[in-house]
Amino acid sequence: MNQTDILARVKEKLGSRVLAEYLFRDQAAITIAPEHLRDLLTFLRDDGELGFDWLMDVGGVDYLGYGDDDEREWRFEVVYQMYSMQKNHRFRVKVAVRDESVAVPSVWDLWNIANWEEREVWDMFGIRFTGHPNLRRILCHDEFVGHALRKDYPINKRQKLSAPSEIILCEKSEYA
Amino acid sequence: MGLESHVSQPFLATRLDEVINWGRRYALWPMPFGTACCAIEFMGVVSGRFDVSRFGAELVRFSPRQADLLLVMGTITQKQAPVLRQIYDQMPNPKWVISMGACASSGGFYDNYSVVQGIDEIIPVDVYVAGCPPRPENVIGAIVKIQEKIDREKAADWR
Repeated sequence: MNQTDILARVKEKLGSRVLAEYLFRDQAAITIAPEHLRDLLTFLRDDGELGFDWLMDVGGVDYLGYGDDDEREWRFEVVYQMYSMQKNHRFRVKVAVRDESVAVPSVWDLWNIANWEEREVWDMFGIRFTGHPNLRRILCHDEFVGHALRKDYPINKRQKLSAPSEIILCEKSEYA
Repeated sequence: MGLESHVSQPFLATRLDEVINWGRRYALWPMPFGTACCAIEFMGVVSGRFDVSRFGAELVRFSPRQADLLLVMGTITQKQAPVLRQIYDQMPNPKWVISMGACASSGGFYDNYSVVQGIDEIIPVDVYVAGCPPRPENVIGAIVKIQEKIDREKAADWR
């Protein structure tokens, strides 16, 4: 399917629940609210025509200071990059997250890789995922305070370092 | 004078710290802690063209317990900092540390949330080597500095 057809099929399914849609340089994307995420991703995965069997990446965006802060309805976005290995087509889903008080439903049970991807978004942007089995930091060390890729994180802030025993003895290590 | 007549074998009179320092400075056993491109430059230092074995420091050990010269070569992230500290603690005394390159010495251009701004926040450093990465001659120069430092050590300072 080409990008226009994918976008049409997704809009047919979602109807008025689409907050925004994009078709730019032959790449289609839509923005939705967090409560419709699991419905949509399940549809994208299980629909015979779409067949998105691979969640390639989950990322975050912080729009603080991008344009007028007062006019924007949401500060963060969580972006899901979808790919179908059988159909060889792609699609992008953006979830609008108003601020850090809004949690996004986890999709780790639809694609296991979402477990680590969502931990990374939590680590870097501080966006919570409800239903996640092990929402701990994955890149920064455990004592890290704050979320490094937020636009209001001070660029040269210094953090307390872990003591050797904490990382060498793997006291906190539990693999999910 | 006159002492020779009392012993049958020839001998050499010297100071204890001098003879031990002489042994230590020409038999440094480096432990490479290479995390970035400086470690690639170190390969040039040990191999034939620059040949650090001319200065007695060619026997690279990958166990900190068998080494007395720690070469930190590359960017040290905050998550890696406790690992580096642990390796330093595992090295037996006496031990020396060379911080090779801009990243290890000061964080380099990684002035951000994830990089330690110089390994001297974690472990004591004897010689800093400037450069990004430093030339092999700079590293050899640092090893010579370490040798000069060992030469100045007195028996009273031994740990």
